[in-house]
This record gives sequence, structure tokens and C-alpha cells, in this order.
Amino acid sequence: MVANKFELKPGGATREAFGKTLVELGRESKDVVVCDADLSKSTYTHLFAKEFPERFFSCGIAESNMVAIGAGLASAGKTAFVSSFSAFVLNKGFEQLRVTAAYPNVPLKVVGTHSGISIGEDGPSQMSIEDISLACSLPGFSVFSPADEVSMAAIMRLATAHPGPVFIRAGRAKTLSIYGPEQTFEIGKAIELVTGTDVVLIAHGLMVAESLKAVDLLAAEGISAGVVDMHTIKPIDRDAITRAAQVGAIVVSEEHLVDCGLGVRVAQVLSETKPCIVEYVGVENTYAESGTPDAVLDKYGLRAANIAAAAKRAIARKRG
Amino acid sequence: MNKTSNPQDLAQIAKRVRREIVSMITAAKSGHPGGSLSATEILVTLYFDVMKHDPANPKWADRDRFVLGKGHACPVLYSVMAECGYTPLDKLNTFRQLGSIYQGHPDVRFIPALEASTGSLGEGLSLGLGMACAARLNGSPSRSYVVLGDGEIQEGQIWEAAMFGAFHKLDNAVCIVDYNKIQLDGFTKDIMDVEPLADKWRAFGWHTIEVDGHSIPALQAAFAEASATKGKPTVLVAHTIKGKGVSFMENNPKFHGTAPTAAECEQALKELA
Ligand SMILES: Cc1ncc(C[n+]2csc(CCOP(=O)(O)OP(=O)(O)O)c2C)c(N)n1
Ligand SMILES: [Mg+2]
Repeated sequence: MVANKFELKPGGATREAFGKTLVELGRESKDVVVCDADLSKSTYTHLFAKEFPERFFSCGIAESNMVAIGAGLASAGKTAFVSSFSAFVLNKGFEQLRVTAAYPNVPLKVVGTHSGISIGEDGPSQMSIEDISLACSLPGFSVFSPADEVSMAAIMRLATAHPGPVFIRAGRAKTLSIYGPEQTFEIGKAIELVTGTDVVLIAHGLMVAESLKAVDLLAAEGISAGVVDMHTIKPIDRDAITRAAQVGAIVVSEEHLVDCGLGVRVAQVLSETKPCIVEYVGVENTYAESGTPDAVLDKYGLRAANIAAAAKRAIARKRG
Repeated sequence: MNKTSNPQDLAQIAKRVRREIVSMITAAKSGHPGGSLSATEILVTLYFDVMKHDPANPKWADRDRFVLGKGHACPVLYSVMAECGYTPLDKLNTFRQLGSIYQGHPDVRFIPALEASTGSLGEGLSLGLGMACAARLNGSPSRSYVVLGDGEIQEGQIWEAAMFGAFHKLDNAVCIVDYNKIQLDGFTKDIMDVEPLADKWRAFGWHTIEVDGHSIPALQAAFAEASATKGKPTVLVAHTIKGKGVSFMENNPKFHGTAPTAAECEQALKELA
């Protein structure tokens, strides 16, 4: 049995890593500019605002305007970031993302924090469970969902250097840290964290750590599970998905609606390359509710135990 | 429920509501006290005096409609609705817990007597105006009341709705801006100044009344003026103090979205005794 070699340690929130990396990027280039919609303390763009007030644009509570202001800045050659809660920047800003960034291929950098349901108490109006779907539907956009602080910092740098528009998904909750500083990242190259022979667990964001925990739960029952961190959701790593299909059973987990997230994209690739049994873990065709982050994640089934159960279903289906 | 037009009685209710706001947010360990306390007299005056509604018959077709655009201030709405008898008073302290009807933002799935699920700022005025259109089509005397935050009105949709309300002469709609001068990250004038606010509404064709949003008699007079105004919607630009009633919360941006500690709660309840 391949034991899980990843030791998950308490880490910080990806939103915090975003804010800190933004300051570093600001020091490295005076072309970096940031737009905010009255959430700078929550998104951590206040760190940038403090150091570079002249390059920080307070837009007020007006997300659609903010997106198009950012697209204007980017069109004029700036490395422009716009940030808010993921639910607001994508939903309120979608038309502007489409016509002022995606369509003209303007390299706007969009960062949505407080994604998923792990924000807890604030409830569904602030929970972003359709952002991956929306962002992926924009032609030319690259879409990322980092799992911990190290991957967020690395992806921020890749996304900044990338010549096209990007969406990066960040969370409010503290993460479990997965990667050491030596880890390298590449756009569109998933990271195969654990190899397994019975089932492969594919995930993004905080579900990567849950998948790693599920490896141990499954190992205790004699099941060998692999884990793939799909930090880039678009362009998707077709080779990693096709390789995963070799074991004949896949579980895709995400803090997102299952109807329109990573899972259906994985299934699309498999239908074209190597058909394979897939089980899905995510939010099922509903809006969640208020509660502590832990209580909400438990109730809506986004835990290692849910992933392990899905893995067993997939393996049972494989054995017919 | 016992409705009253007596300002002293309404002030007593407001005091109780403030205590409930502070208690429920303390119990939840999260929530938005500042904007709940600033809107207390506005909601108490509406629910206990001005609005026609019946907690025993929440779906009464001709009821007046209330929409809290600034949904994060739901503690004041929950407290007032519980005081009216719509929902249990003794469950207010389950606010924000899993399974509670008192969700982090107003949620019609949990409280069907709510008119709208809000929490994404900027949508409430359009909703309220839609309800006012329906009332007019139905020949119903129902009026719509919508409370907005001064940060919330930075959303472009508010001004799209403002144009709509005047264009369609919705004199059965009243908008109240809780002008507490503070939003999430700080003072409104530093984030995105909304001045000159009354002039903006006037320019958009609304009958505009500036009012002390903590004076119950002034609010009563303004709502009466709104009801008497024909051919255009009315907006109350209600000057308020964020965190009103609790000394250390007043005018303090920190208490936009920070729960009081147990000690702070005790202190606040003393001040609100
Ligand atoms: C569309 C949207 N953007 C951002 C937020 C986050 N948010 C919640 S409250 C708030 C500030 C609101 O300020 P204001 O309208 O003045 O409310 P009040 O002072 O009455 O609390 C913000 C930005 C939100 N709920 N909805
Ligand atoms: Mg305000």
C-alpha cells in the first residue's frame, strides 16, 4: 500500500497569500494596479493599498463597474487586478468580463475570494458555487483554483506573467498546507501528489487536502488511492486525466456545484480519450445555508469521508 | 401584534430591538451590528406604525411589502419581525447557526414571511419597485418600502432602479437610505463619496425628504408625506449614526461586521437598559 507521504500542516488562507503576493508583485513592477469594491480588508488587497495607495483604485460597492475599469487599465497596458468576493465579481461582473476582457482578449487578472461554501455563517448570497463554471465559459480565460498558500503564491506569479485574462479562485478559510517552497507549478499541468492503483481522487482548492485525508481513510481499508491537484481548471490537463483513468475509477471533488464544475470537464476529457467510471463530490443542485464552516461542509458532504465513500462506490462499479 | 403611533411606545420597542440585535450577534460570534443599530427606528416605525401587515396572515395580498436591500443588517429585521409575532423571539440567539431560520442574510426559504432573499447589495430597490408595479396592476393599495445602505447605493443597479421608479411614477414605493456615512472598509466619503445625495435623488425624479433617522416623530411625518405624494416615488435620506445606542460602536467602522465580545455585549446591554 502506498502510504500518503503528505503531512498536512495548518496553513493560512489562500486569500491572505493572494494579498501578500500582490504586494511583492507591486514592488517588482510599478505597472501592477489593483481595483477593489469595498472589501479590501476581506480580500487582503488592503496590504497593497497601504504600500501603493496611488496604484490602488477604490471603486465602491460597484463590481460591474470595477471589472470594466480594470479592463480599461489592462487595455492601456497595466497589469490590472480586480478583486472581490468571488460571488460578486463573477456574477455582477460577468457581462463586463465577457465583453471588456474575454472577447477582446484583454489580460485582466480577476481574483475571487470567499469562494465555495466554507465561508460559513454569511450564507448563500455570499457563497460562490458557480464561479468555476462562469469563468470557464469565457473563451480565452485561464482558470485556477489553488489548494494552499504556496500554490496561490506560485499561481499568482504565473497568472501575472500570462498574456491572457485569468480568474483565480481563493478561499476565506484557513487551509491545510500541502506544498513546500521547493514545489514548482506550471499552467495547465496538474500535480500528481499520490499514486494509487484502485482509484484516483482529482480535486481543486480545499478539496485537495480532503482528498489527501481520504487516501489515509481508504488505505486503512486496503484501498490504494491516488490524488491529483487540478490547480489549473482551464486549460485542463488532459494527459493527467487520461493517466488517472488507467486505474478505472475516478472521484472528482470540488467546493462547487457538481453540475457545472471540474467534474463535468474531467468527464468531457474522458469521453474523448479514455472512458472511465467517475463519481462526483460537490454541492448538489442546491444553495447551502448559514452555519460554522465545519458544520456547513459536513452537512453538504464536502469531507474526506464523503470522498472515501465515493471512491468505494466507484471501485464497486468498476468491479461490476 | 399591538401597533402604536405613540413615539414613546415605539422608542421602548426600539430599545428592546437594540438589545436583541446585540445579543444575537454576540451569540453568533459574527454578524453586522453597526448597520442594524442605525436602522432600528426606521424598521420599528415601519413595522409597528406605518405599514399595513398582519403577522397572523403573512401572505395577505394587500399587505405592504418590506425589502431590506442591505441584507447584512438582518438582525434588526429578525428582531422586529419576532417582536411582531412572525417568528419565535426565543430563537433569535440561534442566529447564523446551521438549521436556524435566522440565516446570516434574509432567506425566504427559512422565513416565508420575508418578501425577499437579499445579501448581494444593490438588488432590493428593483425588487421593491417590481412589487409596487404588481400592486398597481392589481389595483391593490399595497405599498413597497425598501431600506438601502449608503454604501449599497454605489451599485449602478440602484440608479437604474431610481430611473425606473420615477419614469413609471411609482408613488406607492418608498425608499429609505440609511445614511450612516460608513460602509465596510471605512467612511463612505473615503471609499466612494455619495454626496450630494439628496440632490442626486431629486435629479432622478424622486420626492426627496431629508430626515433624522433616529427621530421617530420625524420618520412618522416623513412617511405620511410620502403617502400623500402623488405621481412620483419618495425617498427618505435618513441621517443616522452607525452603531447608534452603543457608545463604543457609534461611528466606529470596526463594528460594521464585527461581533461584540461577551464583555462588550454586557457593556452594550447596560447602555441599552
Ligand atoms: C454586491 C455586494 N458587494 C459586496 C458585499 C459585501 N458587503 C457587505 S456589507 C458591505 C458594506 C455595506 O455598507 P452600507 O450599504 O453602507 O451598509 P450599512 O452601513 O448600513 O451596514 C459590503 C461591501 C455585498 N454584500 N454585496
Ligand atoms: Mg452605511
